Amino acid sequence: MGLIEGRFEPNILISTVDKLFNWARKSALWPMTFGLACCAIEMMAAGASRFDMDRFGAGVFRASPRQADLMIVAGTPTEKMGPVIKRLYDQMPEPKWVISMGACATCGGPFPTYSTMQGVDRIIPVDIYIPGCPPRPESLLYGVLKLQDKIDRMTIAKRTA
Amino acid sequence: MTVNEPASTLDTDIMEVNMGPQHPSTHGVLRLKLKIDGETVVGCEPIIGYLHRGTEKLCESLSYPMVEPITDRLDYVCAMSENLGYMGAVEKLCGISVPERADFVRVIMVELNRIASHLLWLGTHALDIGAMTVFLYCFREREMILDLFEEFCGARLTYNAFRIGGLLEDLPPGWTGRCRQFLKVYPACQKEYEDLLTKNRIWLKRTKGIGVISGEEAVEIGLTGPSLRGSGVGYDVRKAHPYSVYKRFEFDVPTGENGDTYDRYLVRMEEMRQSLRIIEQALDTLPEGPIRAKVPNWLKPLKGEVYHSVESPRGEQGFYIVSDGTDKPYRMRFRGPSFANLQALPQLCVGHLVADVVALIGTLDIVLGDVDR
Repeated sequence: MGLIEGRFEPNILISTVDKLFNWARKSALWPMTFGLACCAIEMMAAGASRFDMDRFGAGVFRASPRQADLMIVAGTPTEKMGPVIKRLYDQMPEPKWVISMGACATCGGPFPTYSTMQGVDRIIPVDIYIPGCPPRPESLLYGVLKLQDKIDRMTIAKRTA
Repeated sequence: MTVNEPASTLDTDIMEVNMGPQHPSTHGVLRLKLKIDGETVVGCEPIIGYLHRGTEKLCESLSYPMVEPITDRLDYVCAMSENLGYMGAVEKLCGISVPERADFVRVIMVELNRIASHLLWLGTHALDIGAMTVFLYCFREREMILDLFEEFCGARLTYNAFRIGGLLEDLPPGWTGRCRQFLKVYPACQKEYEDLLTKNRIWLKRTKGIGVISGEEAVEIGLTGPSLRGSGVGYDVRKAHPYSVYKRFEFDVPTGENGDTYDRYLVRMEEMRQSLRIIEQALDTLPEGPIRAKVPNWLKPLKGEVYHSVESPRGEQGFYIVSDGTDKPYRMRFRGPSFANLQALPQLCVGHLVADVVALIGTLDIVLGDVDR
């Protein structure tokens, strides 16, 4: 989006373009299969038969970061995993979003230890935090809906300071 | 160069490839350093520790009842077994005897969890090999079990269901009826998976003769659980060192013959049926009575050490506790079955294609939380 993003002042034309872009972006979020621990099982459950994340356009789990635009950090990020998470995030194409799923990814959860990273937001920016240990699939769906609301507020216009 | 020269003279360099830590079919954050010659694996080195959370050290700073939620998160696919193992170890250490009803309820929960765990295994294993449908079917039935758990303890995955000396709460009213309903519905569902897989030609090609390991080798490596029984060794902790009330139930320990991926699949399928049998017997003979022994709120075991192991869906799950007489364990050690089972992977992989490595990780049924702790 380097061509038009941030080049125009906010005006009525921009708002129409924004609407189109945001609609496209929010209706086809492609998450990356990035299960780290327990929350990954609930993430799988959210994608499987009963909860069916596809209803919200976010069910196409991609194995490669280059095809994904949403990273759901599901599980405990450890110090050893940290550089890998950072690299995978860097490999994702813009625009990209991050959902921090569960207590571990949010703040270290029940593991205040030497090897656990106390929150994935120490290395990558997080858009949505979902509480729970592990969060229920419904919580994840709610998180995705909240992210869609957030995407809806995006604009390509110049930011006024 | 003549046209008829054999293909073997076309040499390929041995290449080292990383598989993981972010890979859709490594079931977590396992990293494999594969040495491949073309498409054939000639060497494999698992690199673990990407989920090392320092649990054992953490437990040293928690009192005995506070450790239970941590055990949930070791092997998060079968948290009930972990709970049972840990409770067993502490009860052995303190010499607490559990009321009968509590023991029965525990066994019911653990066996339901075994089915749920094997369903998750079957779904992901089939998904890795390429059978997408089975995954969706398995999760449908797994949700039925999770509903039962949710009703009992309020959680879907990390249950924290038992307490030292028994249970926190009795079964909710009408629970046994709903459990029986599940037992009635489930066998037909399992037949559905077997119809899809057991005689499926693609499934047979991908699993038969893949990852063969003999009984002696399996014992030497330290395999336990279905991965060992697939090789024909009938070692099951429930039979070999009966704990809880398993002595009272009739069930068989299924074993395989060839020790390949297909046999391990058959063993796990049969195990689910045996679990149904155990649950049915336990529901029939469920005694009335108290659900918790008298246990002091501030538990201080005497000096000493204890080892207690249970049969989790993955194998022998052991808990070793050293007590120094205070309210916190001096040392806590978890013997994870996945950790021992993972050791077989390099041996299993060699000589197979890269695509089979995915099937082999699946057949060992490792959970990285249990490997790395």
